[in-house]
Amino acid sequence: MNGRWEAVIGLEIHTQLATVSKIFSGAPTAYGAAPNTQASLIDLGYPGVLPVLNAEAVRMAVKFGLAIGATIARRSILARKNYFYPDLPKGYQISQYELPVVADGTLVIQDAEGQDKTVRITRAHLEEDAGKSVHGLGPFTGIDLNRAGTPLLEIVSAPDLRSAAEAAAYMRSIHTLVRYLRISDGNMQEGSFRCDANVSVRPRGESKLGTRTEIKNLNSFRFVEKALEYEIERQIDVLEGGGEVVQQTLLFDADRGVTRPMRSKEEANDYRYFPDPDLLPLEIDEAFIEAVRQTLPELPDARRRRFVEAYDLRAEDAAILAQNPAVADYFEAVAGATKAAPRVAANWIIGDLTALLNRDGLEIEASRIAPPALAELLDALESGTISGKIAKDVFEAMWAGEGSAGEIIAARGLRQISDPEALGAVVRDVVAAHPAQAAEYRAGKDKLLGFFVGQVMKATRGQANPQEVNRLLKEALGGS
Amino acid sequence: MDGEALHGRTLTELAQGLESGEITAVGIAEHLLERIAQTEERLNAFITVTADEALAAAAAADRERAAGRTRPLLGLPIVHKDLFCTRGVLTTCGSRMLSNFVSPYDATVVARLREAGAVMLGKTNMDEFAMGSSNETSWYGPVRNPWDVTRSPGGSSGGTAAAVAARVVPAGTGTDTGGSIRQPAALTGTVGLKPTYGRVSRFGMVAFASSLDQAGVITRTVEDAALLLGVMAGFDEKDSTSVDHPVPDYRAALGRGVAGLKIGIVRQHFDEGLDAECAERVRAALSLLEREGAVLTEIDLPHIDLSVPTYYVVAPAEASSNLSRFDGVRFGYRAENPKDLLDLYCRTRGEGFGAEVKRRIMTGTYVLSAGYYDAYYLRAQKVRELISRDFREAFATVDVIAGPTAPTPAFALGEKTADPITMYLNDIYTIGANLAGLPGISIPCGFARGLPVGLHLVGAHFAEETLLAAAHHYQALTDWHRACPEGFA
Repeated sequence: MNGRWEAVIGLEIHTQLATVSKIFSGAPTAYGAAPNTQASLIDLGYPGVLPVLNAEAVRMAVKFGLAIGATIARRSILARKNYFYPDLPKGYQISQYELPVVADGTLVIQDAEGQDKTVRITRAHLEEDAGKSVHGLGPFTGIDLNRAGTPLLEIVSAPDLRSAAEAAAYMRSIHTLVRYLRISDGNMQEGSFRCDANVSVRPRGESKLGTRTEIKNLNSFRFVEKALEYEIERQIDVLEGGGEVVQQTLLFDADRGVTRPMRSKEEANDYRYFPDPDLLPLEIDEAFIEAVRQTLPELPDARRRRFVEAYDLRAEDAAILAQNPAVADYFEAVAGATKAAPRVAANWIIGDLTALLNRDGLEIEASRIAPPALAELLDALESGTISGKIAKDVFEAMWAGEGSAGEIIAARGLRQISDPEALGAVVRDVVAAHPAQAAEYRAGKDKLLGFFVGQVMKATRGQANPQEVNRLLKEALGGS
Repeated sequence: MDGEALHGRTLTELAQGLESGEITAVGIAEHLLERIAQTEERLNAFITVTADEALAAAAAADRERAAGRTRPLLGLPIVHKDLFCTRGVLTTCGSRMLSNFVSPYDATVVARLREAGAVMLGKTNMDEFAMGSSNETSWYGPVRNPWDVTRSPGGSSGGTAAAVAARVVPAGTGTDTGGSIRQPAALTGTVGLKPTYGRVSRFGMVAFASSLDQAGVITRTVEDAALLLGVMAGFDEKDSTSVDHPVPDYRAALGRGVAGLKIGIVRQHFDEGLDAECAERVRAALSLLEREGAVLTEIDLPHIDLSVPTYYVVAPAEASSNLSRFDGVRFGYRAENPKDLLDLYCRTRGEGFGAEVKRRIMTGTYVLSAGYYDAYYLRAQKVRELISRDFREAFATVDVIAGPTAPTPAFALGEKTADPITMYLNDIYTIGANLAGLPGISIPCGFARGLPVGLHLVGAHFAEETLLAAAHHYQALTDWHRACPEGFA
């Protein structure tokens, strides 16, 4: 984006709520079952069936509302959004229109410069998901209604975001928040977390909004960023070329990295919203709200700040750890159990542990090394029992299931050698075995110290205490 | 066994016969199934007759009774309007759209009656999706009025009404969205009870207009209506609009009498739209109640004249949405060889729905459309609230509101089909109770030109006992409900 233009972006994020059963039926919400095996007669929209609102979905929506400091509507309305589509069994989606359950909240995110920025959240409302169409079955299209009736919370931001990166950062923050609140698994591959983006551009300094387009169904942070970058540039090109942006609905073609208009048949609906006469107005009393408030955990932003203050972490590390509540919990469990500095624990988690989790495709909850086990390893490192390099090997061995840090160190004889007498003998032997290098070193070629350290390490199978080796070598070589 | 008398008996009388061992459930079922076979050609009251299931259920009921157990309706016959879902049985709603639909589940009303021991004999004919006041919109052809088979029995619960009036069965269920139980009851000389909205579960009733639909019964006596309501009523966790309100013993209330009962007469209900002979019969009935100690006062419902137009915005709006699920994708009728999705939708719905249903879907779609919503749907909801308020205010001073059920006696088949508005006006006295969610009952109060006339009583929310007591008292003093249409004795 060039400096003359400013983008204005708002996101509508659809979060699948982690209820056990669907929003209006008792059918399970579990993902991945055989088609149409998790759809009850209610989800299938059979003649005569009626919806009954799942209280757990309401509790989760309220929890989200409280977490963003929003107003919880004491009375909200479930409305019908009418349109025909084969994966929409009733011919209408039950949603909320005029009176959503959550309104006027805010969320603090970090902008491109790392500064705090407050994003307004206009509303969050409850609705049911549709099923999905399965194409490519010969001349037919299959309909899988397992997902039909899955509870969604649609979170609508104000047009407060000013760049693609900022939009992605906001989406990440919401993603982190819903996982903290345990109201969604946030699984983007399974479609549990996706968004539509509204975007327009205007000359910097202009207060009037430009004509916007809407990009539908973005299901990764990267796609949100890429799609918006492309669309912002496209709109700027149109305007700079003297044209006008056409208000339209777009899809992001991830393979080609471009946005393209939806077919007109897919949009331009008059949804004929009206209150669903099968459902009474949703009334929420103070006691309900208070009970939900009691279940609020420490929120991501507060936790990030506490990590910096209480554990003296770098801001970036604190942000990374706090982003996923399970990772943050893991960190706190290790930091609380080890004598090593919290920063050391943070480095191991962000570096080595994350690498192995990624390699094996595991979430941290399924880590092969539990927090107490990592703490034990870090203690051995901290006390000098093993060196940093050995610690990496022990870590790998622990991951492979060879036992605890102590067991592996003992079994492999990896205990670090710090005894000056034992090390002194090795150092003397190494220096004696390399007279030419010793002479060069003494003549001023300091770099050769590393060579000698390497030789000592080789002779001790890496178990020598590096500081001690350095000291003894310098002594033995009598150099600079 | 005295087969001749069986079909003339009420549920209460049949229950006594079963109790004493004079008759058996199988005997009743066999006799009434035979009775259906004899009358169907003249009435066309049934869409499905469930003879095998009925005989099996009756046999089981007899065994249960022989084993010394009993239930409130054990072995008693019942028929269901064909918009109540019945497990394993065709449930058509009188529509081609559901002409192949076998419900995989029982409606709550059906389940409760079944659990109480009732034996279902079949499913009755009705206006398509309950949209109609004459039974002429049924895909299965019109039902005929046993009092004159060239005339309509009213609708939409016309099949149940005709079958009960013709002594084919003693009782059946119906549904009432704008008068669909009470108007056919009036036109066939039967008792039609529409309970308070939320009194009886709507789960398993194929929805027409969700905020107005209510299940009820058509019987020959108020006593039987009270018996059935006691079984059907009550909260259902599967229906969010059903109300958790205690269910009284309705039959225990029947003896309350009418002394001191304050009856309001709606001034607007005796206007020029009302047939003169009907007016006379209704006034005579009211005079009788007055002589029995009821206090008549004229009342005003200032907005009641707006009830028909209000209804014909609200009901089609809800219907247009409720009927969207009939798209040929998952169940019901599907057009052959659709060339694409739009063609599948258009032809399935074009071929599956009849003209009146289409008219209401289009009207409803229109009033909910962007740009028209405020002027129609929203305004209608406001008027609906005004009408409800009128009733609330009236019930601050009276116990019951009384008047005619329908403006004329039964009209000829074909007479009103060309003019939907004239047809809609048939429900002019009944629609108010639906808009306000109030209970109403129609009971026979005489004849005009040889055709039955109905007296309409409306009560406050959950005042079914008051209505039933007044209606029962009237029946104790009169014989109108004992009159039998010629050829159906």
